[in-house]
Amino acid sequence: VDLVRLRAVARKEWTQLRRDTRSMLLAFVLPLFMLLFFGYAITWDVRDIPLAVLDQDRTPESRALVDALMASGYFSVREELDGAAALDQRLVGDDVIGALWIPPGYARALLAPERSAEVQLLLDGSDANTATIALNYADAIVVRHAARMRIAERSGAPPVVLETRTWYNPNLESRHMIVPGLIAVIMSIIAAMLTALTIAREWERGTMEQLAATPVRRFEVVLGKLLPYVAIGLFDVAVTVVAGWLIFDTPVRGSIPLLGALTLLFLIGALGLGIFISAAIKSQVLAMQIAMVATYLPAVLLSGFMFDIASMPAVLRAVTLLVPARYYVSVTRGIFLKDVGLEVLWPQALLMLVYAGIGLGLATRAFRKELAA
Amino acid sequence: VSTDGRLALLRIRRMIAKELRQLFRDPRSKRVMFVAPIIQLVLFGYAVNTDVRNVATAVVDHDRTPESRELVAALTSSGYFRVVATSDRPADLGRALDSGRALVALEIPPGYARDLSAGLAPAVQLLVDGTNSNTATVAQGYALRIVADLGARASSLVHGTPRGDIDLRARAWFNPSLESRVYNVPAVIGVIVLLMSLLLTALAVVREREVGTLEQLLVSPLSAGELILGKTIPVAAVALVQMTLVTSVALLWFDVPLRGSVATLVLAAALFIVAGLSLGLLISTVSATQQEAFLAMFLFLLPAIILSGFLYPIDTMPELFQRLTLANPLRHFLEIVRAIFLRGAGIPELWVQFTTLGGMATAGLALATWRFQQTLSR
Repeated sequence: VDLVRLRAVARKEWTQLRRDTRSMLLAFVLPLFMLLFFGYAITWDVRDIPLAVLDQDRTPESRALVDALMASGYFSVREELDGAAALDQRLVGDDVIGALWIPPGYARALLAPERSAEVQLLLDGSDANTATIALNYADAIVVRHAARMRIAERSGAPPVVLETRTWYNPNLESRHMIVPGLIAVIMSIIAAMLTALTIAREWERGTMEQLAATPVRRFEVVLGKLLPYVAIGLFDVAVTVVAGWLIFDTPVRGSIPLLGALTLLFLIGALGLGIFISAAIKSQVLAMQIAMVATYLPAVLLSGFMFDIASMPAVLRAVTLLVPARYYVSVTRGIFLKDVGLEVLWPQALLMLVYAGIGLGLATRAFRKELAA
Repeated sequence: VSTDGRLALLRIRRMIAKELRQLFRDPRSKRVMFVAPIIQLVLFGYAVNTDVRNVATAVVDHDRTPESRELVAALTSSGYFRVVATSDRPADLGRALDSGRALVALEIPPGYARDLSAGLAPAVQLLVDGTNSNTATVAQGYALRIVADLGARASSLVHGTPRGDIDLRARAWFNPSLESRVYNVPAVIGVIVLLMSLLLTALAVVREREVGTLEQLLVSPLSAGELILGKTIPVAAVALVQMTLVTSVALLWFDVPLRGSVATLVLAAALFIVAGLSLGLLISTVSATQQEAFLAMFLFLLPAIILSGFLYPIDTMPELFQRLTLANPLRHFLEIVRAIFLRGAGIPELWVQFTTLGGMATAGLALATWRFQQTLSR
């Protein structure tokens, strides 16, 4: 690699990029905008789950149970029903997610020895996610409520106490999990998008022959084209990390130099993939379609940002190894929230290194074929 | 039909033939159009799973008694927890969480069995990795319930059922086992169809401009409306085929139940596809270069996915964003597909979503035609 030629290619690419004001604006402003937009919009914290209540017992005990659910802040009563028929009707509409049914005789069963009082929670399972969370909250609240009553009546303390402590994100704020993941997803999409057209464009505009006529080597072209984008990517990550920290209070507990180094590795791999697609496919339309299909949804769905990779089937887990965002999501979450270093992240670092090498290699090879043609 | 009408039809037919030839000329794009959606649905259908099962658990049991083992067995036999590591050093629990090998760590104190039989309420510690707040909440809830049940059983052996025990029976409608896949796969269909509709149209006009064939269209006798129709009809047909393909995969491969009528689903798909295509055309007429169109499409797609209720419930968004989602065709389409698939709903329950989507499709098409006229007259 000749540094002078490399610099020349990088400068040419930079000049071309700078002239395209709209692209520049997007490259610099888009990530920050998206982080702000989604950081505010997205939350998984389920609060005020709308419930309908059918209390056929109408005793102080049954009201105490309803109050316990409401006091938690997780549920709010939208409607008091007065008959079992209304209950079945309720869930078909979408203004409540569940219905609590306290059958007659609840208080009697509660106070009688050898019996446990039964209450029913009917849930709209068509949103399985919210329903599961609602069920869990209700369950935990009812268990605690029963335990508290037992203590109040001195009928004995609960037999086992489960003390739970949550690490890394003690208040279980979904934002702390979303912001680091979001930075990784945004950057991997932007990386592919920025470079997916860079070589196909030269080809369609006919400047490819000019490039071929220069004494620049193929690898130098690929690397030179990569450099301006790497710089933009690093800048974007820095801005979004600072914004996440200032605006969303997302802690950055780990080492910042390590984050920088791993970001660099990740960017080279992701950008290299874009250049490879662009070089292998000469048409801008097709390159765009392939880049979109290959990077966009995989970055959102297969990176572990949304869905735990551990709970995917083995074949799919193997497929996720091809998604660079996957490594970077682990890196950002690990460094932001867990304060871990290379002792934990080395597999990710190693695989990103391999990815970067393969990305650059493939891009250079695909590019070589074209110049020969 | 008047001669003018017949001529217009003929012109549109020719235009459609030309567009189809262009669409299918490159064999590689056929693969992108018809194979990619299927692969995507299969991959993502497996990925979109938020069910919390087999949570990786690390255990430190200081007590080592039949009772403490029973506690661990109660957790694992529920199917919700799976022991991945056991150790006798508490420090290992922290390491297992740090490395991500375990999501929860259980520590049973020495003297657990003794305290339990003496009625002293031994405290068991559960450490939870809160990075994924969703999984953490659910796993914690399961553990609480399992331990409470176990404790109740243990103490009822001694004293009979204590007073004040409440049994919460849950029953979920429409999706009794609360499988997240059944809820998410129909949504993936919507996202894939939107992505493909945009991909097919976002470059349609701007490419003609960059390649220089827009002038040729300009001197042809086709009007702006006819051009738009000629561009939309073939792409809409391709998108409908894609929709059929991915829906078949969802039904046959993932066993997602389709409780509503196919006709309602097709109508919804047609409206949604037209809305998506006209958005793509709009992007295409507004952009100066293909790269710009690409960026604009990108700019639209991520918010459209995130503000659709696909991944994140809309109810928990701030007011302003909830209102923004109303402008998102994907949101309405997802409400429709989920309701048709899971609840067997029909047009009477969904007429609001249907009219909104229909309105968006009409307005989008009109706007794209108007923009296109502007482009042509320039």
